[in-house]
Amino acid sequence: MSLSFPFSAIVGQDDMKLAILIAAVDPSVGGVLVFGDRGTGKSTAVRALAALLPPMRAVVGCRYHCAPEAGGAVCERCPELKSAKKPKTELVPVPVVDLPLGATEDRVVGALDLERALSQGVKAFEPGLLARANRGFLYIDEVNLLEDHLVDLLIDVAASGENVVEREGLSVRHPARFVLVGSGNPEEGELRPQLLDRFGLSVEVRTPSDVPSRIEVVKRRDAFERDPAGFTKAWADKDAQVRQHIVDGRKRLPKVTLPDSLLESASALCLRLGTDGLRGELTLIRAARALAALDGDAQAGLEHLRRVAAPALRHRLRRNPLDDTGSTVRVERALADLFAEPPAAD
Amino acid sequence: MTLAAEAAEPAPAAASFDAWADAVLALLLFSIDLRGTGVALRAGAGPVRDRWLALLRAQLGAQPIRRLPLHIRDERLLGGLDLTATLQAGRPVALRGLLADSDGGVLLVAMAERLEPGTAARLAAVIDRGEVVAERDGVGLVHAARFGVVALDEGEDGGPEGAGSGRQGEHPPACLHDRLAFRLDLVNVQQRDALAGDDSMLLGAGELAEARRRCALVQVPEDLLQAVCTAALALGVGSLRASLQALCVVRAHAALQGRDVAEPEDAAVAARLVLAPRATALPQAPEQPPPEEPADSPDEDETPPPEPPTEPPPEPPPDPPEDTEDTEDTEDSDATPPPGALQDLILQAALAALPPDLLAQLKAGQASREAARAAGVAGALQKTGRRGRPVGVRRGEPRGGQRLNVIETLRAAVPWQKLRQRTAAGAAEPAPGHRRVEVRAEDFHVTQIRQRRETTTIFAVDASGSSALQRLAEAKGAVELLLADCYVRRDKVAVLGFRGRSAELLLPPTRSLVRAKRALSGLPGGGGTPLAAALDAANGLADAARRRGDTPVVVLLTDGRANVALDGTGGRARAEADALDAARRLRVAGGAVLLIDTSALPSAQAAKLAQAMQATYLPLPQAGAQAVSRVVRAAS
Repeated sequence: MSLSFPFSAIVGQDDMKLAILIAAVDPSVGGVLVFGDRGTGKSTAVRALAALLPPMRAVVGCRYHCAPEAGGAVCERCPELKSAKKPKTELVPVPVVDLPLGATEDRVVGALDLERALSQGVKAFEPGLLARANRGFLYIDEVNLLEDHLVDLLIDVAASGENVVEREGLSVRHPARFVLVGSGNPEEGELRPQLLDRFGLSVEVRTPSDVPSRIEVVKRRDAFERDPAGFTKAWADKDAQVRQHIVDGRKRLPKVTLPDSLLESASALCLRLGTDGLRGELTLIRAARALAALDGDAQAGLEHLRRVAAPALRHRLRRNPLDDTGSTVRVERALADLFAEPPAAD
Repeated sequence: MTLAAEAAEPAPAAASFDAWADAVLALLLFSIDLRGTGVALRAGAGPVRDRWLALLRAQLGAQPIRRLPLHIRDERLLGGLDLTATLQAGRPVALRGLLADSDGGVLLVAMAERLEPGTAARLAAVIDRGEVVAERDGVGLVHAARFGVVALDEGEDGGPEGAGSGRQGEHPPACLHDRLAFRLDLVNVQQRDALAGDDSMLLGAGELAEARRRCALVQVPEDLLQAVCTAALALGVGSLRASLQALCVVRAHAALQGRDVAEPEDAAVAARLVLAPRATALPQAPEQPPPEEPADSPDEDETPPPEPPTEPPPEPPPDPPEDTEDTEDTEDSDATPPPGALQDLILQAALAALPPDLLAQLKAGQASREAARAAGVAGALQKTGRRGRPVGVRRGEPRGGQRLNVIETLRAAVPWQKLRQRTAAGAAEPAPGHRRVEVRAEDFHVTQIRQRRETTTIFAVDASGSSALQRLAEAKGAVELLLADCYVRRDKVAVLGFRGRSAELLLPPTRSLVRAKRALSGLPGGGGTPLAAALDAANGLADAARRRGDTPVVVLLTDGRANVALDGTGGRARAEADALDAARRLRVAGGAVLLIDTSALPSAQAAKLAQAMQATYLPLPQAGAQAVSRVVRAAS
């Protein structure tokens, strides 16, 4: 695997970076969709994530790197592995799995192990990309070019957190909880609303249009291309800081309190914008909590809600035929209408 | 502007010569930095292109040059399971794809303008990563794939007559085009220029190796980099990849000239070869440092960035070594050029390379609008089961008229035969005479077929009193001609009439030309102009068409003088405000809109309305029915 561009060296694109950090702190936020112009470092940022995430503890010998704690979805072998008083565990890097375009279904969901079937005539299950992404991230570049049947499959698995394989006389189910991260260019096609809804946060990225930051982008990218190892090393400290930031955020997350007034505000906002379903509200609150944890605040407040409102809700709005303003503006306007007092700090 | 106009009109012969000289220079720069640059070569198949490719072959020597055929399948492109070898060996044998084979060389993409977006996206992902990652047919592969790309583009240009009508030239898919530094146009290069001379301009093997080694070490002074980035922005080149590619070209050119530190001349070459072909805006006044960047490009609504000279540059402008070299070699920049002058130099280099018709378009703000228009309309393709062109195979049962692909189904079944026969026979070896292939439901593969989306043309015809009756007859005539066109294209047609208080759907979307004609001729005239209601009705129809999977095109024939508001009451002011609102709604819904002004003289109101919905505006007095029909065709 070649080195990826360091996360902390990405110039600007604060919305995108924040959304990715929120998803890293609280995977239950439900994934990130990055849509925007070409050459803005969409895929760079996601691929950089892998180097950033602190390793996680997993049961030794489990093909789905299940968590050692009891409870939650488990694969078929884990009860046996965990039956020992203290299951053997190891630290493994959090998987960030790339779903390449042109992947076939058998590799995504898993299928018979071809090698063993051919050489030994044994029926064995070979896990696919979904299994590999369990407890980690599944990244789809050019998500709007993904084949329809793969989209259907992902929608199903992303919702249930479990992958059920029924093929070749195999019947396997295994946990597949992953954070779905997608990126794409809106010019190449729209996403189906069902898939849009699976993404917790959506961010729009644009090419920076001020000269200094453009120069900085070109300079850093060029430095990276010429000496990937050296460049990565130079930014290792900064990356370590971001990693610590994520670790601290995760630690604080369970302790962050959600005042009732905030829940009410979130409901009021969703009602005002007419978002479908409860997922928007849930995402909004979770994202606000994760942001509070990242910021080191003990309580999630209106300020956090304000900052995550646009990414959490803008892709869930119905297109209002009476209003030609963009979704982001509509979210902001609703925020301004509902919570009239000026933000305490930004 | 004057300067640019002067510079942009060389004699045809000189233009041909210059274009070829640039093409050869680009070839050399490309061979020095294969990965960092890349070439989009626009030329018809013929001796000129062959000559260029032959030169490239000669220049690259032993490095592989692979050709990517247009409809390559994923297994050949990315790699997959080699079925024959797998069966022979009794273990999975992976097949390297074409991209992995091209590692260290050049990939020629033939007929790139017809390349599928999916293939282009796969290619783009591999270019970015420098390796092929494939997860296919039971094997997962990672192969290094670092290659340069030459996209051969035989696309037809919009041409001068197409420029005004919004007709799109064909281009390689944007995601690939964006990743190629050079955009060479050999269409107008004459044979004698291309075929003259020998291969002496090529670098020897030693020279090439030396240039490549040097290229990695070339220093680019801070102010040059800044000037290149600023020039890119001034020319409306949004993608940052272009700036990066320009930087690679600066380096390669410096290396070609045997320099260790890049000079303004190198940057000028990069601006000419990389930035100029992508320009979408003109800097305001090339003669003097522009006071601010142009805000021509509509997709950047941020305020224009401040001009660099007014703010302190991050580092002291010229580096000492660059300083001295300057005074020695370059005549056109005396002593130490201040950043502004340097930037001017680069901008001028780029401007001089702009073709004259492009300049004219840019001035009219046409190019940016065409770019905005490029997305969305009926380039859209739809996957269906029954009709169209096969685009691939996927696992699945033949349902809803999809065809079973026998070969793929058998291919999928073959590896499992041993296993299946064994399990079928109850763990015993298969009977000796047993030769049947066992196919199961999970092997089924169906052919995927894709067809162009159908277009639904929605005519909204103003039959009010203000749209004087004789004009109505003319409008009807124009619509009938359009209908004939729609018939040829097998488009669906819907007709809306509006007069009095409301709009009326005269004909729901249909393919029947006769019915459309009848509906139209039966349309009486007179009464008020409920424009807002008509626009909303058209919008509703367009929305329904979109939901059916069609691409709607709205053609509005009106004089734009609304005098009935949405609620059916009269009053010009309210009616006009309502109409503008409705027009904006139509714009938000997206899709192509065409406004044909039926008033005797082009009216400001109709033009304003057209602007509000970003419609193509066409006054009927000037527009013959033929012209109207041409515009509709371009829009769909």
